[in-house]
Amino acid sequence: MSERLAVKKTYKLYIGGKFPRSESGRSYQVTDTKGRFLANAAHASRKDARDAVVAARKAFAGWSRATAYNRGQVLYRVAEVMEGRRAQFVDEVAAGEGLSRGKAEKAVDESIDRWVWYAGWTDKIAQVVGSSNPVAGPYFDFSVPEPTGVVAVLAPQRSSLLGLVSVLAPVLVSGNTAVVASSYERPLPAITLGEVLATSDVPGGVVNILTGRMGDTAPWLAAHMDVNAVDLAGAAGDDEHARELELAAAENLKRVVRAPADEPDWTAEPGLDRITSFLETKTVWHPVGI
Amino acid sequence: MVTFEYAPAPESRAVVDIKSSYGLFIGGEFTDPADGASFKSINPANEEVLADIAQAGVTDVDRAVAAARKAFSQTWSKMSGRDRGKYLFRIARIIQERARELAVLESIDNGKPIRESRDVDIPLVAAHFFYYAGWADKLEYAGYGVDPRPHGVAGQIIPWNFPMLMLAWKIAPALATGNTVVLKPAETTPLTALLFAEICQQADLPPGVVNILTGAGETGRLLVEHPDVDKVAFTGSTEVGKAIARSVAGTSKKATLELGGKAANIVFDDAPLDQAVEGIVNGIFFNQGHVCCAGSRLLVQESVYDDVLARLKRRLATLRVGDPLDKNTDVGAINSAEQLTRIRELSEVGEAEGAERWSPECVLPERGFWFAPTVFTGVSQAHRIAREEIFGPVLSVLTFRTPAEAVEKANNTPYGLSAGVWTDKGSRILWMSQQLRAGVVWANTFNKFDPTSPFGGYKESGYGREGGRHGLGAYLVPSERSGR
Repeated sequence: MSERLAVKKTYKLYIGGKFPRSESGRSYQVTDTKGRFLANAAHASRKDARDAVVAARKAFAGWSRATAYNRGQVLYRVAEVMEGRRAQFVDEVAAGEGLSRGKAEKAVDESIDRWVWYAGWTDKIAQVVGSSNPVAGPYFDFSVPEPTGVVAVLAPQRSSLLGLVSVLAPVLVSGNTAVVASSYERPLPAITLGEVLATSDVPGGVVNILTGRMGDTAPWLAAHMDVNAVDLAGAAGDDEHARELELAAAENLKRVVRAPADEPDWTAEPGLDRITSFLETKTVWHPVGI
Repeated sequence: MVTFEYAPAPESRAVVDIKSSYGLFIGGEFTDPADGASFKSINPANEEVLADIAQAGVTDVDRAVAAARKAFSQTWSKMSGRDRGKYLFRIARIIQERARELAVLESIDNGKPIRESRDVDIPLVAAHFFYYAGWADKLEYAGYGVDPRPHGVAGQIIPWNFPMLMLAWKIAPALATGNTVVLKPAETTPLTALLFAEICQQADLPPGVVNILTGAGETGRLLVEHPDVDKVAFTGSTEVGKAIARSVAGTSKKATLELGGKAANIVFDDAPLDQAVEGIVNGIFFNQGHVCCAGSRLLVQESVYDDVLARLKRRLATLRVGDPLDKNTDVGAINSAEQLTRIRELSEVGEAEGAERWSPECVLPERGFWFAPTVFTGVSQAHRIAREEIFGPVLSVLTFRTPAEAVEKANNTPYGLSAGVWTDKGSRILWMSQQLRAGVVWANTFNKFDPTSPFGGYKESGYGREGGRHGLGAYLVPSERSGR
């Protein structure tokens, strides 16, 4: 019996709920850790980055104003669909990161579980970080967290799925929208995650995923005046590049999560830092009287 | 209209003893600057020279940061939270004891009416120290992990509009959390910070925990760029805020920035109009409009525009502009010649761009820096007076028809510090407060502040919060295992 000829997937960008090729027409070869060909990934350009920001801005109103319960349901649904794609993620993580099947399975399982963990935060974070404030006067005064806006996320270079989930999910929890620059050498799980998002009731534009060299998109995202915040996780260990991005981000006072000296161990408990880094606190005063 | 003549009711200056010159407060003592440089602080209400003020240079910044570092590592970070809190309680009490002195000095150096320095600024200063004093031994309950740590040495730079209040907003949470500070007051308003240094001495605060460096922008830059400063806190212009964000890029320094604003104060047709007019006046003429969160853009629903304008003009005619130390004064002096020039320039631009300018009749003193309360009507969103922070007693009036249009106009600014909403409809207040991209929304009130209430901006109005539990976050490194 002859072996069936596989139908291979074209890996593309994910922008505004669609899967375009790069407008530049460029692509690059993705290989496994032994140098064997895996796919041609799209090489996102600065124009693609701008399109992604436009899509993310457009999606912000709807996503940020959805009820927290609804966002929680939608994000939980993402985990369900990830579970269905588990085998594919395991293949891609194993090949891209050079992991044994067992270790890759562990990484994928942890990624799905982490997504579930974050999905549960949507309708809890406001109670943990919000407050009513006992002011010295006849006013009711309360503070609520709100999403910062459009967040550019430079995904970790090494941990292609668990790292990605660990930086993307916390951005989405509170209602931000995201433009993700994926790992350059290991982009396949990010693209597959885009396909998961596209089939999980996440509105188009809430997450946009760019593959390619970070240097081709990150400077434009960091400098973009309609981006409100940036997570520099993907620039870990490249101090000079991270500094340049932070300098660009200062132009409109983006909220910046700095690049660590080295990529962290993503299996550690995440805590709330990455959720709270992309929140604004709004305080409302109203007189009390009859 | 009946005009009431007021007899002068000056607050006595005798309560304050202003020295002819002041040194830098480093390591618990006043010392001369290394190069002997100084500048003068003047009374903006009459241009009288008040004192010679030391100008800190590079050597002085080094000394102050070293003093703060030594105090941090040898004393303050080792002290129990309980004892840190007790020092802060002491300071709060001394501020209350010397409240009148502080208020008079603030009005003399800044130009703000004594009614405000006495009834708003200084009471809030004492309240702020009281509030954060109580946090010092409760930090493990604040939501920053079981063992949150201070950053170390905080470099703090404050503006001239609320000199003592901004000092309190900076120093109280920094000390409560175990940081030590080097604070630079604004060039034009250093005197209350220097009096605060004396208060620290009276409280027996360990030397070096608080250091006060006077100087101009260059001193501030040296402080921000000092390699041994761990944390930078700044209140001031968005332009300088951006320079600070660039300066700390690629370092391990943390920064919190409280910057400019161009707040919309939105009046709906169902609002209680007399209350709204009081709120409009308080929103833009409080503290001569030298307020980052001032309601400088009035958005009025078209159907009540004529009515609101008429009431507003009638009310403005009763404002008393003049001697800051007179207890009947509503609007005091502009803080400096430089600021007065900026207000004049932008107002002239307003006229040149086609807006209609109006001020009530008022006689301004001959000496000093004065600007009559001013209202611009016929302002479009493209006008510079609707886009740029004027930081003076100048109100730009725009109109809207629907709530959605009000939201769009209110949010059409790179700033996002504050906003006001006036309506009798509860659901509309809550809807508006959700739509407005601003850190503080005042509904049927304006310009209210409290130590328990987080304050700070969205977008280019900066990041970080001051006040409340949230304000502790700027000065703490959360502990690893958090439950948070």
